[in-house]
Amino acid sequence: MMNVERLQRFNWRPVAIGFLLVLLLLMPFNWFMGQYTTLLVFIGLHTMVTVGLCLLLGYTGQVSLGQAAFYGLGAYFSAVLSKTYGVNPWLAMIIGAIATGTFAYVIAYPIFRLKGNYLAMATLGLGIIMYVLFRQMAQYTGGPDGMGGIPQLAIGSFVFDTPFKRYYLVWFFCLSILLLSQNIVNSRTGRALRAIHGSEAASASLGINVAQFKMKIFVLAAVYASLAGSLFVHHLSFVNPQPFGFLGSVMIVVMAVVGGLASIWGAIFGAAMVRILSDELLLRFGELDIVIYGLILMLVMIFTPEGLFVRLKSYYRRWQTGRLGEVEL
Amino acid sequence: MASDQLLQYLFSGLTHGSIYALVGVGFTIIYAVTSIINFAQGEFVMLGGMLSFFLFASMGVPLPMAVILAIIVAAVVGALLYLLAIRSARQASVVSLIIITIGASIFIRGIAAEVWGVDAVRPPAFTGTTSWLVAGAYIQPQAVWLIGITLVLTLLLHLFFNFTMMGKALKACAINRSAAGMVGIDARAMALTAFVMAGALGAIGGTVMSPLTSITYGMGAMIGLKGFVAASIGGFKSPVAAVIGGLTLGIVEAMAVAIGWGPFSSAYKDAIALIVLLAILLLRAGQLAAQERPS
Amino acid sequence: MRKVLLVMLPALLALAMVIPALGCASEEMWDEESYVIGAIFSTTGAFSNLGVPERNTVMMMRDQINANGGINDRPLEIVFYNDESETSRCATLATRLIEQDKVLAIVGPSATGPTLGIKDIVTQAEIPLISCAAHKGIITPIEESYWVFKTPQNDQDAIHEIYSYLEAEGITKIALLTDTSGFGASGRGYLISEADLFGLTIVEDETFSTGDPSMEAQVTKIRGSDAQAVVSWATDKESAQVARDMKAQDMTIPLFCSHGVANRAFLESAGDAANGVMFPAGKLLVCDQLPDTDPQKEVLVTYRDAYEALHGTGSSSTFGGHAYDALMMIIMALERLGDDMDGKSLAEARQMLRDEIEKTENFAGTGGIFTMSPTDHLGMAPDPFVMIKVVEGEWTWYQY
Repeated sequence: MMNVERLQRFNWRPVAIGFLLVLLLLMPFNWFMGQYTTLLVFIGLHTMVTVGLCLLLGYTGQVSLGQAAFYGLGAYFSAVLSKTYGVNPWLAMIIGAIATGTFAYVIAYPIFRLKGNYLAMATLGLGIIMYVLFRQMAQYTGGPDGMGGIPQLAIGSFVFDTPFKRYYLVWFFCLSILLLSQNIVNSRTGRALRAIHGSEAASASLGINVAQFKMKIFVLAAVYASLAGSLFVHHLSFVNPQPFGFLGSVMIVVMAVVGGLASIWGAIFGAAMVRILSDELLLRFGELDIVIYGLILMLVMIFTPEGLFVRLKSYYRRWQTGRLGEVEL
Repeated sequence: MASDQLLQYLFSGLTHGSIYALVGVGFTIIYAVTSIINFAQGEFVMLGGMLSFFLFASMGVPLPMAVILAIIVAAVVGALLYLLAIRSARQASVVSLIIITIGASIFIRGIAAEVWGVDAVRPPAFTGTTSWLVAGAYIQPQAVWLIGITLVLTLLLHLFFNFTMMGKALKACAINRSAAGMVGIDARAMALTAFVMAGALGAIGGTVMSPLTSITYGMGAMIGLKGFVAASIGGFKSPVAAVIGGLTLGIVEAMAVAIGWGPFSSAYKDAIALIVLLAILLLRAGQLAAQERPS
Repeated sequence: MRKVLLVMLPALLALAMVIPALGCASEEMWDEESYVIGAIFSTTGAFSNLGVPERNTVMMMRDQINANGGINDRPLEIVFYNDESETSRCATLATRLIEQDKVLAIVGPSATGPTLGIKDIVTQAEIPLISCAAHKGIITPIEESYWVFKTPQNDQDAIHEIYSYLEAEGITKIALLTDTSGFGASGRGYLISEADLFGLTIVEDETFSTGDPSMEAQVTKIRGSDAQAVVSWATDKESAQVARDMKAQDMTIPLFCSHGVANRAFLESAGDAANGVMFPAGKLLVCDQLPDTDPQKEVLVTYRDAYEALHGTGSSSTFGGHAYDALMMIIMALERLGDDMDGKSLAEARQMLRDEIEKTENFAGTGGIFTMSPTDHLGMAPDPFVMIKVVEGEWTWYQY
């Protein structure tokens, strides 16, 4: 009994994070999980977009159904600037992030006068408008066929020209963003945001500028998505509008919700679950894959509306406090 | 623009608008009663069209029977969606409910592709396909059916919500759910009714529309989105408002084609519908904020 | 904790700089027991009308070949994936075929977007790809297309076929009505750029989206112009709708469609509005009407009969034919290679297969007669198209 208690009291968190980091470091090697490198790159990219949405959802309680538009803006800024205008890919990425952030800032003010379902509708509309623009402005974007031959990212003479190298690049960005977000959550701003989620009126009366915090998070989420989009096009060397449509936005929301709305690290979990499900597990079912995907989506939401990751975490907490056997309220 | 041409655009706008309207009404009824945006609404339209075709063509059911059966099946699917998915998710947030309905729409679409294949099908028109010439503009008999049925249904729904016990109960739920509960209205039964009605209305749209437009397993997504815009324009308030929203959307789209200049052209007509949506949402922001119930 | 992480991150990046040399693929052998080929088709989503017959065709060919003892006495194994008409999904699947399933070559994808999306992937991985999509950019510029081939005729050639007919008929003013999807948009690009060559003026240029209920308003717009013909670039469902909307408004000017309508679904969906519609297509649809001297006749009739025996009368389409041509070229290359690939590494085997595909000569396929070369990865003999006109609900070879 004593041993179990000691196990329970031990802080497993650093161990878990350390384990995760070592795993991340070793995974793309051929002797380990090299054949999954591309999948892991996509998980990293989607984690970046998902974290932004997690912040928005978890710390302001608002949902954006148009997050893929920011992902797409980053992608197209990088693609068009680096391919058509020969701008250095890193510079293109920064310009993309700034432009996307500015765009988000400009629309944030009018859009955040809306809430809940209405905000969801407005962001959905915005997302689809951007998608139509990507598709129709063919003279810049290459239209629905997209554009290929996008140059690779490089540091000096070191070119990120294989999935193996890009894996580390993407996860470097991804982990940096996760850490940054972690800091925000634990900062004064983060506490303010949680207060907003609790009660806007209460936090406003405490002198927190609610509108400004919401806008900050919205802009931050857009910048994350933009960076991910830039990395995405340099990874594929190709861009077309398709990943940035309504279903793209829905996928990001699903990842955020599976990962747990208020959980930064859950974003990795959510992105990984959804991608592994759709890219690996469901392949065995041939054409029935979308049927099963739809079914799983419903079941997960019905039985763990707070997110799978959060549910698992709460089991862990209860184990730690020795209340695993108790009935959940 | 010649007047006969203008009339032609108007016919086209009204035809499309009627489809959007019927889907929009489904969105509105469910949203008003349950505060859920049902993203599977477009799939009811698809089910209506597909079922009526396959009952008629593969199973030899006479067309009127096939249409009625298709509507009943879609209503049952609506009921099942509520009973199995929505009601089970008791503590779900707005986002979770949105994802549940999106999951349901993917599920239904996948089943349809599996059962009926991926090709477009077209049930026969109710009464002939030869267009009539009205003041220089052509209109197909099926389009008259579609517009007519939409208008009749709008009237019936209006009467239902304002002059029947059940309609009033639904409306009470929409206005204040807890107060409605206090006077003995069973909110769950009302929610079930809303889903059944939405399923049936979507399927009516699908069965009447598909002889005109043909139908594929994947068509529900696009139609659903347009219906959603229609409902938003109508403010998710009443069926009549949704119908007005739908017809407005249809006419705006047709006029975008008619103008055909720069951003007002067929290339951007999908975006125009959404810009209208955004504009309306933002103009009404203050009012909507007051309406939004805490989730 | 945070400090530890902050130290670890730069370390991670530094490692990433050093390690790549170690991460290179080791010398792997190919599975000599059987020939494993990958197939990615869009069997659901926007391009499912292409992907389904393609998948059916490849399944049918695999069964036929294995029933007859395989290739060089080895069975042919196909790993099928459905990209759901999505580019990024296609990219994941292509990588999976290359890295995990270790296939020798890939057939597909069905559509242009996904193909262009995986072009760099297959090029970097050095594996032959034979695409079933039409866009010319798939195999041009040739320096960037070393590993990529395709079997469908170029969009551009189909447009030339229509335009030269219009020119011969003395038509000078046309209206365009195209889909905003990839297929319609790239068609529209060529329709606009090539018009001048044939003395054509485009008086209306309208588009619609996949899934629009109808194109009534666009047709009205065209009716108000002085166009002498309508050219519509879209796949079967939308083209059928255009034909019906034109008939509903009593329009009498001729309608020309893309080769995307070359399947039964178009005829069924358009009904009697299909009559009079003309389009360029491969010879499959009218193979019975070809003279016996036509070198493609035998392969066309055999393919169609075999396909329709499995999937019903009228079910064959030119799309399935593109997959037939693609897989057939791989099969023939494997037959020619015989035992040469034995004892080679996977990378070498893929290289040999690629080189052998490029040596394809005078292969009478369903889409045309192919002679590949290092400078041409379609290699189609001129005039692969016939003009087809729908007469009383049947495909008719229209000779003019």
